[in-house]
Amino acid sequence: MSYVKPVFSHPDLPANKVGYRKRDYEGAISTLCAGCGHDSISGAIVQACYELSIEPHRLAKLSGIGCSSKTPTYFLSNSHGFNTVHGRMPSVATGATMANKDLLYLGVSGDGDSASIGMGQFVHVIRRNLNMVYIVMNNGCYGLTKGQDSATADFGSISKGGSQNHFQPIDLVGMALELRASFVARSFSGDKKQLVPLIKLALSHPGFAFIDVLSPCVTFNNNVGSTKSYEFIRDHLEYPAPADYVPKAKEITVDYAAGTGTLVTLHDGSTLRLDKLAGDHDPSDHLNALRRHHEAVANGEILTGLLYMNKESETLHQLFNTVEVPLNSLRETELMPGTAALEKINQLFR
Amino acid sequence: MSDANSRVNDFVIRFANVNGTGSASANGLFAKAIYRMGIPVTPKNIFPSNIQGLPTWYEVRVSEKGYLGRSGIVDFVVAVNPQSLEEDIASVRPGGYFLYDSSKPLHKEMMRGDIHFLGIPMMTLAMKNFTQPREQQLLKNIVYVGALAALLDMDMDVLRGIVAQTFKSKEKLIGPNNLALSIGFNYAKENFKCPLEIRVETRDLIGDRILMEGNLASALGAIYGGASVMAWYPITPSTSVASAFEKYCKRLRKDPDSNQNRYAVIQAEDELAAIGMVIGASWNGARAFTATSGPGVSLMSEFIGLAYFAELPAVIVNVQRGGPSTGMPTRTQQADLISSAYASHGDTKHIMLIPSTPTECFEMTAQALDLADRFQTVVFVMSDLDLGMNDHLTPPLQWDDDRRYDRGKVLSAEDLENMEKFGRYLDVDGDGIPYRTLPGTHPTKGSFFTRGTSRDEYARYTEKGDAYVRNVDRLTKKWQTAKEWVPKPEFFGEGNRHSLGLIFYGTTYYAALEAMDLLTEQEMGLDAMSLKSFPFPEEVQSFIEQHEEVFVIEQNRDAQMRTLLINELQINPAKLIPILHYDGMPITATDICAKIMAHLSVNALRNDAL
Ligand SMILES: Cc1ncc(C[n+]2csc(CCOP(=O)(O)OP(=O)(O)O)c2C)c(N)n1
Ligand code: SF4
Ligand SMILES: [Mg+2]
Repeated sequence: MSYVKPVFSHPDLPANKVGYRKRDYEGAISTLCAGCGHDSISGAIVQACYELSIEPHRLAKLSGIGCSSKTPTYFLSNSHGFNTVHGRMPSVATGATMANKDLLYLGVSGDGDSASIGMGQFVHVIRRNLNMVYIVMNNGCYGLTKGQDSATADFGSISKGGSQNHFQPIDLVGMALELRASFVARSFSGDKKQLVPLIKLALSHPGFAFIDVLSPCVTFNNNVGSTKSYEFIRDHLEYPAPADYVPKAKEITVDYAAGTGTLVTLHDGSTLRLDKLAGDHDPSDHLNALRRHHEAVANGEILTGLLYMNKESETLHQLFNTVEVPLNSLRETELMPGTAALEKINQLFR
Repeated sequence: MSDANSRVNDFVIRFANVNGTGSASANGLFAKAIYRMGIPVTPKNIFPSNIQGLPTWYEVRVSEKGYLGRSGIVDFVVAVNPQSLEEDIASVRPGGYFLYDSSKPLHKEMMRGDIHFLGIPMMTLAMKNFTQPREQQLLKNIVYVGALAALLDMDMDVLRGIVAQTFKSKEKLIGPNNLALSIGFNYAKENFKCPLEIRVETRDLIGDRILMEGNLASALGAIYGGASVMAWYPITPSTSVASAFEKYCKRLRKDPDSNQNRYAVIQAEDELAAIGMVIGASWNGARAFTATSGPGVSLMSEFIGLAYFAELPAVIVNVQRGGPSTGMPTRTQQADLISSAYASHGDTKHIMLIPSTPTECFEMTAQALDLADRFQTVVFVMSDLDLGMNDHLTPPLQWDDDRRYDRGKVLSAEDLENMEKFGRYLDVDGDGIPYRTLPGTHPTKGSFFTRGTSRDEYARYTEKGDAYVRNVDRLTKKWQTAKEWVPKPEFFGEGNRHSLGLIFYGTTYYAALEAMDLLTEQEMGLDAMSLKSFPFPEEVQSFIEQHEEVFVIEQNRDAQMRTLLINELQINPAKLIPILHYDGMPITATDICAKIMAHLSVNALRNDAL
């Protein structure tokens, strides 16, 4: 079969390995507020997919409800998307993945979507280690319903209206680590250099890859006293392990000189380079990841980068022992057991 | 005592047991033996929301005439539960029989003068003949089956044949079970005049019918209908749909070469997630379904609305039960009709298929998968506890190997390639059903963002009112189209020549047909219609129009089907007389007759007064 490939017209931007230019990964023009962190994350997703040479139609994007969950309209317009219901994207993603294991699944959620109404589904999708990337665009508030505190708002954080939050925050990263999510990272919408490789890495991870991205809401939660403002986040960032992702096909030595960082070889032969700053942080060390994270929380620091990755991660399809082809490709001959088998069953009930 | 006692192949026997003591297999053995003797039989479980220790009953109706509904009268009780003795003694009709374990004597004050007491020291006999406590406990139940064989004149060879078949793979259990049968049989022979006036005689009235429960049939329907993803959350009485689906998939849905599964069953964290998974799977082109009951449907409501508006297939087997919480939920009702028909927010309505028999559970679950794909919408299979969890005498399950699944309007890469412009919500064929695409089909064509409303024919975001109206009006057109695709009602009687009509559906069918016979015996002429689907096909309206008065018989308090008929067909409410039963036990023919007669005599009185 041959299809008409997209018409390339922008001379400056090179086509990637699969023949797509960067703009083929873009979406409709965003209707979010100018300066909203979520738009930067959309940009990082576009960049990551372009760099990874993903065929856009082989990726499915899913979201819940919220400003954050609207973003899939603003990237990858050649991918199918599903704006599901508030907090319940993980279940839809689970069904979609069961039906077709051969697509890539990118889920986008908000802190309200995941830490409140969708908490049940969030923790259970972690348990299932669903093969998907799950990005929470975390702004500490409900943007779309006009700025109420969310469950990730820090204790003592001051809202735009001047009131102080008296509840303990739900720390999605700590929780994901606790539940042994097979990939846990945190980043900041304003740090594309870190975020793009993290998304690339997450897309290559076989299993549930969670990235909590701090993403300021300029309209409702960017004020003085808020712990989710651009200024506060920049002042409190801490980098344990910025990561760079080197696909299998490339020679490691081409990208950087040996000895400048830690090399981690992934299941598919591709390589992860941890920056020098990583120090002794080994993302496969679960206990250490927990410890580093808790220390940072205790010190009031925002620890970003890849915190944990289980290289032995097994997908749900492996656990369920499903056939090699996607279930949605099975036809009558494979699905329908036939009349002879049915007559045998009838006989059991006589 | 009355001589009305002489009853061949026409009685009800009720077993009073304690939950979790192994009585189920003994009772099942009894019912199966009646079936194998060629006599129509309906067993029903009456059980508590509990795993062990509470009373359970198993009621078996034996009916030469083939009446398969509940009778409501108990001719014979087998009592092995000391807790419920009083209640059990009271439940026997005058002149009936009470068989009990006389290892401990009955209190004198419990005795009734108008029934026959038959004491057999079941536990003592079991303890004398078997050594292990668990064995004694289990085989005590088989002892009473043996006694019944003598008392009711059952064929011992048939019973031994079932024992041999049941324990084919555990051969060392065959001997002890047969011994227990003989112990009971001999004890009864020696101590009572056998057989009793209530007894059975071998017949050939079964034909090729099988004895199967509805939930298993639904599960098999889903397997034959091509469901490859099943997501669920445990809830009585639907749980056995999921377990049967998985059990039979293990046998029928393995890749013979790799031994890998051609199915996935996910036990979700709750019903919200279960339906989300179904929707996700069908959005991605796999046939998917869930099974649940009332509270589960309540939780699924939000997603059901999304599926309706986003136009995604989803099949929900709704095994109805009584009310919220525990207790009544292990009883049967048809009280979730309206909550399924109009589930969710916004202007929504959903296709419902309503089986009466396990065979229909099988066919309708398979058909639901076709209809969900064809109409890109939610389809309910409205079963209930009585149908789902009890064995029913039903025609054998049948399938045509040439049958092809109706996957509906799904565009392939080639279709998209040859297409001017794809409009996901465009009514191209004038039937209200648009074309859809699956993720991953084509590199540059056919992708769109699935959302509930707020989009135009090309799935572009819009909040314009006229686009919304065009869309929901198209959904109404789709609804009209569906009327021609759903199962038609089934008619009984001589065909619209009477002024009175009966309407019923689901498991009410059995008692209603028996009631028709009873009323006909009293020279009352009636026509009847068994409803099988929502929306209502044309025939439903004409049946109602052709009759002066129509009784709508159902098992809920609020006459829910009657409400749907009035609402959807603009019927004058005065014309539809509700006949209702809702105590959690299956409806009976005598109850139906009494209520119909009461209505008619009140009317006659009224007319006289005029
Ligand atoms: C069942 C339900 N309840 C409430 C809402 C209203 N609602 C829409 S978005 C939202 C909060 C979104 O917050 P978040 O997930 O943090 O996204 P953000 O807008 O901040 O990106 C709420 C409560 C809804 N859509 N559905
Ligand atoms: S309200 Fe906040 S979260 Fe929503 S688009 Fe505006 S800035 Fe972003
Ligand atoms: Mg938010």
